[in-house]
Amino acid sequence: MQRRLHRTFSPGQIALHLVMIGFMLAALVPFLLMIMSSFTDEDILLKYGYTLFPSKFSLYAYYYLFVADAVTILRSYAVTLGVTASGTMLSLLLTPMMGYALSRKDYRKRGVLTFYIFFTMLFNGGLVPQYLMYTQILHIKNTFAALIVPNLLISAFSILLMKSYFVLNIHPALIEAAKMDGGGEFYIFFRIVMPLSTPILATMGLMTGIGYWNDWMNGLYYISNAKFFSLQVLLNRILANLSFLRQYGNELGFNIPLPSTAIRMAMATIGSVPILVLYPFFQKYFVKGISLGGVKG
Amino acid sequence: MGTAPATRTMPLAKRMRRWFSPLDLMCIPAVVYLLFNNYIPMYGLVIAFKKIDFSKGLYGGPWVGLKNFVYLFKTPDAWLMTRNTILYNLAFILIMNFLGVAVGIILSEILAKRATKVYQTTILLPQLISIIIVANLVYGFLSLSSGVVNKTILPMLGLEAIDFYSSPVYWPFILTGVNIWGGIGYASLLYYASIIGIDRELYDAAYVDGASKFRQIRYITMPMLKPTVVMLVIMAVGRIFSSNFGLFYQVPMNSGPLIKVTQTIDTYVFRGLMQNNNIPMSSAAGAYQSVVGLVTVLLANYFVRLIDRDSALM
Repeated sequence: MQRRLHRTFSPGQIALHLVMIGFMLAALVPFLLMIMSSFTDEDILLKYGYTLFPSKFSLYAYYYLFVADAVTILRSYAVTLGVTASGTMLSLLLTPMMGYALSRKDYRKRGVLTFYIFFTMLFNGGLVPQYLMYTQILHIKNTFAALIVPNLLISAFSILLMKSYFVLNIHPALIEAAKMDGGGEFYIFFRIVMPLSTPILATMGLMTGIGYWNDWMNGLYYISNAKFFSLQVLLNRILANLSFLRQYGNELGFNIPLPSTAIRMAMATIGSVPILVLYPFFQKYFVKGISLGGVKG
Repeated sequence: MGTAPATRTMPLAKRMRRWFSPLDLMCIPAVVYLLFNNYIPMYGLVIAFKKIDFSKGLYGGPWVGLKNFVYLFKTPDAWLMTRNTILYNLAFILIMNFLGVAVGIILSEILAKRATKVYQTTILLPQLISIIIVANLVYGFLSLSSGVVNKTILPMLGLEAIDFYSSPVYWPFILTGVNIWGGIGYASLLYYASIIGIDRELYDAAYVDGASKFRQIRYITMPMLKPTVVMLVIMAVGRIFSSNFGLFYQVPMNSGPLIKVTQTIDTYVFRGLMQNNNIPMSSAAGAYQSVVGLVTVLLANYFVRLIDRDSALM
């Protein structure tokens, strides 16, 4: 014990800790800067720029966003929440369903269909044909479907992930037994397979949810009507053009000066706070999801 | 007589079930989804070989052969975006794997396991944040009028302010830094996991033989990690023609003066399609990326297969 304690606090160990604390600060400081800046007085920002320790705090940016321009922000929050919830649920239904079918050794089409799924990971048509297909054939522009469907709903990768989970964790004898008792395929899937797979479903749901929460590309490609702006899309617009808020916002007729320096940080804070807050509590699932490779920022 | 229809329908129902089972039904949504989301766009690559004429339908324009490609590769853009895409990827692969191994080793050497967990979880955080917000964080540091670098750090050192968003020289470093910042958690997690998987007896034996920590790392950890490194590098090289659109478009704030060092194939395709209304060039560049990408992925997979069958995609 003495020796162990001694080793835990040896100079070598302390050096390793210092290096990692450096990495940790590098990961955290930008977020702290964002949060502190969003609460900083606009005059101070104009004079000293963004700082970690502002000399004067202010809630004006949040007042502007949530009171003066409430419609824009609250609507985009609602869009993001609605899209994230419905997209994640739909994905968590359809992805395991196909994964399950492919995991069944007695399913005769599994070879062909697995290749059908797998091939999309090797080759893709890229942005232009996909954009033209969604806009010219499916006419998806300025609909909620545009925020839910393209690229995010079902991924080949997660189908194959579910498939291998089922192969490893659902014993064929279990399914045989359920069939003997007269259970149909859908009954088996919903009542036996899904309840036994909650760990992977939680991990996948979290990752899919983050994918939806963070998505801005579908909004960039397919949305021009401000009614359908999600939080990230709105933030993207604001970053590109700060006067956007003044043009499209102010629907309540407020006419107060735009705190443009603080507001972008306040918007970014609003857009990342749910993830920053949830992260410590669900980190087990997050870390698992990330290590499975199922997340893209 | 009355039983005849029953005996005839039974096998038919059975045959029907063989032809179309409930399991098929389960596959239909995903199959249809991928048909639209992936397969029709693959077919859509033909528009790179056509003249776009929407009056004749999406794919109805006349064939023009390789004209779009010939035209594309005559422009300096083609060379620029290819060079940028490849060089950035090479820099990312080299630095990310080097740092990933280093951090993985550090994490595995730290004795206080609770601290290891905290470090690991914290450095994974940037991975979960959208690139729009990351771009905003970068702006907080680099903005000319209010960034930390220009308002606090440079004045403290007595240096002139720098207009980063119109100075291309800095951006290869900035973009590489942002990429590492976002990805180091994941890279080190992978390597940490494979270090943990190394048989502890090897280290115990080395310890008994009097090998120092450095020698243990040099002669046990590094050689044992080599297959993982080789595998990850090959797979990354397979994707060398694709880039993270958000990193190259959002983080530099789509700034015009930076185009020379921020244009990759993906940003070119996007700008051609959405901003310059140049669908022929955009689709040609996209098709070029798709086809070359398929070749590099297959090649990478071939090499992975030579080394370790189980790690290969097929």
